[in-house]
Amino acid sequence: MISIVSVAEWIIKSLVLITIILGGFAYLTLFERRALARMQARIGPNRAGPAGLLQPVADGIKLMFKEELIPDRADKVLFVLAPIITVVPVLLLLAVIPLGPDIEIFGQQFSLGLASEIDVGVLFILAVASIAVYGIVIAGWSSYSKYSLLGALRASAQMISYELALGLAIIGPILLAGSLSVADIVADQQRLWYVVLQPIGFLIFLIASMAEINRAPFDMSEAEQELTGGYHTEYSGMKFAVFFMAEYGKMIAVSFVAATLFLGGYWGPFVDRIALLGPIYLFAKVVAILFLMIWIRATWPRLRYDRLMAFGWKILLPVGLLNVVITGGLIVVLNL
Amino acid sequence: MPSDYLPIAVLTFFAVGAAVSIVGIGHLLGPRKKNPRKGQPYESGMVPYGPGRRRVPVHFYLIAVLFILFDIEIVFMLPWAVVLRDLGLFGLIEMVIFVLVLAVGLIYAWKKGALEWE
Repeated sequence: MISIVSVAEWIIKSLVLITIILGGFAYLTLFERRALARMQARIGPNRAGPAGLLQPVADGIKLMFKEELIPDRADKVLFVLAPIITVVPVLLLLAVIPLGPDIEIFGQQFSLGLASEIDVGVLFILAVASIAVYGIVIAGWSSYSKYSLLGALRASAQMISYELALGLAIIGPILLAGSLSVADIVADQQRLWYVVLQPIGFLIFLIASMAEINRAPFDMSEAEQELTGGYHTEYSGMKFAVFFMAEYGKMIAVSFVAATLFLGGYWGPFVDRIALLGPIYLFAKVVAILFLMIWIRATWPRLRYDRLMAFGWKILLPVGLLNVVITGGLIVVLNL
Repeated sequence: MPSDYLPIAVLTFFAVGAAVSIVGIGHLLGPRKKNPRKGQPYESGMVPYGPGRRRVPVHFYLIAVLFILFDIEIVFMLPWAVVLRDLGLFGLIEMVIFVLVLAVGLIYAWKKGALEWE
C-alpha cells in the first residue's frame, strides 16, 4: 500500500538529494578554486561575499544571462538533450546511499536514504553511472565540430575502459558482504571498514572512478591545449554549466559511493548511540575524498592518451581480476 | 519488490524536472543576437576546415567490442559474488576457470595489438 505519508517522505527526500548534489556542486567549485589557489600560492576568489562565499551565486547568475549559441549545422534536438541526459543520472546516484542509521522522529522509524534497502543497490549504481556516456557521445556528435567529436570519442573510450576496473573493484565489497544491497554492505562495516580488507580494491576504485568522471590526471577529453575543450566545445551559457554540474555532481556522488562501499559509510565512534552523528561522519569522509581529488589535480600532470588506455587495460584490469580471485579464494579457504 | 523502486521514480521525476528547468532558464534569460559567424563551429578563430563529422577510427570499435566482453564477465561475477559462500570451493574453481578463459582472450588481444595506440 502506498500512503500519502510515504509519498510525501519520498518527495522530501528526493528534493534533499537533489539539493545535496546541486548545492554541493556550487560550493565544490568554490572549494576547488580556493584549494587550488592555495596550492599554487595564490589567494583565489574572495571578493563576492565573505571569503568568496557568494562566488557560486555570482557565477550562476552570470551564466544564466549569457547568450547560448547553437551551431547552424548541429542536430538541434540532440544538442539540447545532451546536457540533460548527462546530468540526470548524476542526480539519481545518491538514491541508494544510506546517509545515516535509522532515526526516530515522533515515535516513528525513518531511514536516512531514499531507497537504500533495494536488493540490487550496487547494480543500480553501476547501471545509472554508465548512462552518462550517452550524454557525452550525443553532445560530441550533435555539435558538428571536429573537436567535440574527438573529445566525445576519447571520453567514451576512456569511460568504458575504466568502467571495467570500476566494476571489478566493486565486486570486493559485494564478496565480503555477500549482498548487492548497499544497506547490507554498510551494516556489515560497523566493526571493520572494507578498506582494511580491500586496500587494492579501494585504490582501483579511486583511480577508475577518477577516470570515469574525467578528472585530472585523466582529463584527456577536456585537454584545453589540444582539443580546445573536448565534447562541450560548442556549448555555452547554462548548457555549458550543466555539463560541469554533471562532472562535479559525479565527483560528489562517487565520493559518497567510495565512502559507503569502502570507508564504512556513516559508521564512526558513537553512531550506534547518537544516530545523528552518522550523516556528519559520512559528510566528513566525502569531503576528505573530494579534497584528495583536488589535491591530485593540483599535483599530477595529465596522462598521454595511449598511456591512459594502456594503464586501464594492461594494469588496472588484470590487477582487478586478480584482486577478485584472491578475495574470493581467501573467503572460501578461510571461511570468512 | 517492484514497489521498492517507486521512490526512485519520484526522484527521477524531480531530477528530470530540475535538469530541464535549468536548461530552460538559460534559454529564457539569455539574449539572442544571431549572426553567421556565431553559427560556425569553433576552431580557435580559423575558418572551419573540412566536415565536422569524420569517420571514426576503427580502434574505438575494437575497444568497444572488448569492453562488451569484459563487462559481461563482470555481470556474471556480480551474482557469483553474492552466493560464493554457499557455493564454496566449487564456485571458486569455476570462477577461476572462467577468469582464465577470459585472461587468454585478453592476452590474445594484447599480443594482436588491439590495446596499442599509434
